[in-house]
Amino acid sequence: MIRERSLLEQIGVVARRSAVATYRQRALLVFPMVFPLILFAINGSALSKATEIPGFPTSSYRAFLIAMPFVQGAMFVSISAGTSLARDIETGFLNRLALTPLRSEAMLVGQLGGAFVLGCVQAVVYLLVGFATGVGFASGAGGVLVLLLLSIAISFAFACLGGLLALRLGSGEAIQGIFPLLFVTLFLSSSTLPRNLIKAEWFREVATYNPVSYLLEGLRSLVITGWDAQALELAFGFALLLAVISLALSGTAMKSRLVRT
Amino acid sequence: MRFMNDPPAAIEVHKLVREFRKGPRAVDEIDLAVRTGEIYGFLGPNGAGKSTTVLMLTTLLPPTSGYATVGGYDIVREGARVRAAIGAALQEAALDVILTGREHLMLQATLQGIPAKQRRVRAQALLERVGLAEAADRRVGGYSGGMKRRLDLALALVHEPRILFLDEPTTGLDLQSRAALWDEVARLAHDEGMTVFLTTQYLEEADALADRIGIIDHGKIVAEGTPAQLKAEIGSPSVEVTPVDPNAGGTLAELLSGFGAPQRNGRGSVTVQLPGGEAELAEIVRLLDSRQLRVESLQLHQPSLDDVFLAKTGRKLEGAGR
Repeated sequence: MIRERSLLEQIGVVARRSAVATYRQRALLVFPMVFPLILFAINGSALSKATEIPGFPTSSYRAFLIAMPFVQGAMFVSISAGTSLARDIETGFLNRLALTPLRSEAMLVGQLGGAFVLGCVQAVVYLLVGFATGVGFASGAGGVLVLLLLSIAISFAFACLGGLLALRLGSGEAIQGIFPLLFVTLFLSSSTLPRNLIKAEWFREVATYNPVSYLLEGLRSLVITGWDAQALELAFGFALLLAVISLALSGTAMKSRLVRT
Repeated sequence: MRFMNDPPAAIEVHKLVREFRKGPRAVDEIDLAVRTGEIYGFLGPNGAGKSTTVLMLTTLLPPTSGYATVGGYDIVREGARVRAAIGAALQEAALDVILTGREHLMLQATLQGIPAKQRRVRAQALLERVGLAEAADRRVGGYSGGMKRRLDLALALVHEPRILFLDEPTTGLDLQSRAALWDEVARLAHDEGMTVFLTTQYLEEADALADRIGIIDHGKIVAEGTPAQLKAEIGSPSVEVTPVDPNAGGTLAELLSGFGAPQRNGRGSVTVQLPGGEAELAEIVRLLDSRQLRVESLQLHQPSLDDVFLAKTGRKLEGAGR
């Protein structure tokens, strides 16, 4: 007796496959995770004098900077999720899935399962590195939990963006070519300095309009400020917005990519 | 197109068209019908429209116009029912190199809605059937081309479909792997009554496997029938004579012109059609002997599907798509 599986079951099945594939490709797990840590180590040491600038919100530059690896890691997740989906398009694996009773929504969301795993692992590792380098949490144990949740939400949002790029471009190489652009948004944000202390006006203006600043500030608030409802609302809000817009556009892109009758 | 006194066709296609933007018609008003339990060989060079036809019949590409049913279901309006009735191994073995063969089968079985208790048993049975039981727990990235194709076939069979689409299943395989796949496909059709729609660019594959063949070229079906019928349409065999002296080609052609229109092949070799069949061969030998024309080789060619393709399209199949 054959029965069609529910949407949640279908998402679970596809997500499991995506997670297993991600886990088995150690390079996908390790290198994207290590690179932000290297930048954290370099910037944490080279820019530590920034705390002497009047008005700097903390005496520990590492505590200020720890938000950066979380967001940078999330950006790597987008590339990982995008290239995995693009590979499925290129190899025809997506067509294989399309020949089963699998629903398009399950195909799309399930494919992000690997990215979810990657996001979780990264968040825990960055948190441990933060603790190991003396970063304390102004928001306490509850704040650690919220930071993990926010970090995973940001990773998932960027994974959705990666999925959208994969469906639009259909090529892993093209997605990797776009990665430097994502990186630019990180550097044109409040990643290394608080916005109010950025001297160059144009830079401050760009950072203010750049949603990445608010993702960073939400994470950072839990470490150096305590419970800042507005910062958290903005961070969760932008992550949710990115995920929703990407998923909605992905739905349309999936329809044109996968035109099964 | 329906066969009198036959059960409904497993696949029925009427004036099916697929046009791509800024391109010619990839499939141009084709008509065909495949009987239940039949192996239908869809033969043609690269770019002839074979894969586009398969994509339409498997519901992965909507037709521009025309009508087709697969398993009795409309490919446009009843896509989900069509997919439930078919299994398909498309042109490239679409596999995830990171997963093992068994994991592929378990994933496919789960998505096809096979109950959990049966999945493992079904997967193992299929792995044994296609000879992959020993390699089942190895990642597919380490499989040979033949192993990937066999796994692809097993995946297409997970939900026990009634109709199987195989798009160039043996392209790039060595002779041994090709023969093993032929055996399995023949067994599926002849022992289990499965309908098989097989595209190929290999004449010998179509000849060995297919009960009936459709030849497609530039999106149009140019010939259809059993291999024997198609060859019979071409008619008589031909003989190719190669003289010892390559300069004797002209004399040889003149002698053979009494049997039919001679065709010069180079190096003095001449081919002539024998309307009277093989019986004329003895006469040719006697004539050559009486004129003391020394012959290096004399070969009798029965009509082949290649001759059929040549007669229908004006080109040899080999290299026709290039």
